[in-house]
Amino acid sequence: MSELKRLNTVTLDPDKCKGCVTCMKRCPTEAIRVRDGKASVMYDKCIGCGECVRLCPHHAKITSYDKFEVTQNPKYKYKIVLPAPSFYGQFNNLNDVNYVLAGLKRLGFDDVFEVGRGAELNTLATQILLNKGNIPKPVISTACPAILELITARFSNLKQHLLNVLPPVDISAKLAREKAMKKGYRDEEIGVFFISPCPAKVYALKSGMGVIKPYVDGVLSSGEMYMKLLPVMKLIKNPENLSKMGVMGLQWASSGGEAAAAMRGKYLAADGIENCMRILESVENGTLNEIEFIELNACTGGCVGGVLNVENPFVAKARIRNLRARFPQIANSLADTGKPADYYMTEKLTEDTVVATDRASAFSKLLAVQEMYGKLPQIDCGLCGAPSCRAFCEDVVSGNLPPDAVCPQLQHKKN
Amino acid sequence: MQDCVHLEYRVDGQNFVSAGSATESVKTFLKGMGVNPQDVRRVAIAMYEGEINMVIHANGGYAYADIYVDKCIITLVDTGKGIKDIDLALQPGYSTASDEVRALGFGAGMGLPNMKKYADECIIESEVGKGTKVTLVTRFD
Repeated sequence: MSELKRLNTVTLDPDKCKGCVTCMKRCPTEAIRVRDGKASVMYDKCIGCGECVRLCPHHAKITSYDKFEVTQNPKYKYKIVLPAPSFYGQFNNLNDVNYVLAGLKRLGFDDVFEVGRGAELNTLATQILLNKGNIPKPVISTACPAILELITARFSNLKQHLLNVLPPVDISAKLAREKAMKKGYRDEEIGVFFISPCPAKVYALKSGMGVIKPYVDGVLSSGEMYMKLLPVMKLIKNPENLSKMGVMGLQWASSGGEAAAAMRGKYLAADGIENCMRILESVENGTLNEIEFIELNACTGGCVGGVLNVENPFVAKARIRNLRARFPQIANSLADTGKPADYYMTEKLTEDTVVATDRASAFSKLLAVQEMYGKLPQIDCGLCGAPSCRAFCEDVVSGNLPPDAVCPQLQHKKN
Repeated sequence: MQDCVHLEYRVDGQNFVSAGSATESVKTFLKGMGVNPQDVRRVAIAMYEGEINMVIHANGGYAYADIYVDKCIITLVDTGKGIKDIDLALQPGYSTASDEVRALGFGAGMGLPNMKKYADECIIESEVGKGTKVTLVTRFD
């Protein structure tokens, strides 16, 4: 699993990495260490949030995604592209999203299926589910895969609060693929490609999070597709009407959009990974029981803040707001697709990333950590290559560092 | 071999920003040792209520956690005004919190009832004018 994560989240350019501690200190799950003067990611702890990509002053973090060339594979006889709502916010002076959609067709895609459509269907399915009331309140959204990973890894006692509706991209991919199969294409001839705002979605879709078999064949980057589209879009005059989504789907691009669409009752939306962690702590402490629905987005501003985007999240958000007038309120309905409710439900639970260890041995390890921690300066300077004194102790006790590793601060004092 | 981890926290009075940080630290520890999530949550809810009580009513105090492999004992000690009638304070909805505190969303009168509900043992010792000591014992499944 770690290997899959290494290939589909973020890797390091060792030539650019200066071995500074910026990413290590700010990684929300303490998944980065600096060893031999270079940062390295512990993929079993990484949730793919992209924070290190955003923060690196030397641009040494390489995000993983599929290059446009993967769509050119001759095995694909019918190619479908799925643009995220946040993608529309990348374009300056865009007054009609059909330019983007027509541009994508010109790039060789046979069909465009907006993720905003899946978002509307997700919202409608969520409303039904919330009315049934089977999930304990507050219900927590699972659309942001970095948040889902965070909850699985660090807040596993909140798992029963998770919304079990498929994320918009999976719903869109599932419907688009079936549509192509009805046209007579075989499953393996169809290529479904998502234009992603973030590495977390790359990993989620490649690993098939929540689904039995991935519906998406490739995950493209918002930034690369933006560059590909710009020259093509200039050539388009009077594009045909390809957009089939409403404001309800569009507003999923920024934080609060999902919750506002789904909820009439009390809801909360938080964005930015550290804010989200604080909210999850509060849910654990039982202080948010009066809230019905919680939307959490790892990126500041929501999906517009994803690190694969080109535009500043606040600019993108403003553009999306300006586009609203062009859209109907809602353009999809559960009746139109004619699918039963289970069609939109998560197909399988996310596996526990936490390895079950016996408590006695975990306890004795923690005792050792605690004892060692007491002897350290507790200033979290990062000199040793671990983000905090506690993380240093954990590394020694778990064998990630040799047992004779010494704190550089103490070493310095001795000399 | 040592069989217990002892953690200590100072809880500041009237500081609603840092309130809950002791609970969060204990929670992280319990999660780290692989305690059943439902038990972690029981400890968290009970301890958080106790921490908040010291913030609101007692101008702060100390929180201690003694963690064993199969149980944890949280002790909250303050030198605040004390509880006049413990039985009454244990009634759900009974509160002596000020309007200002209630405006912040605290003081719903669920503090002591929740501690009693979520901990396996809840011992409240209090003397008016001297302070309060609450001991919460949670056994792990």
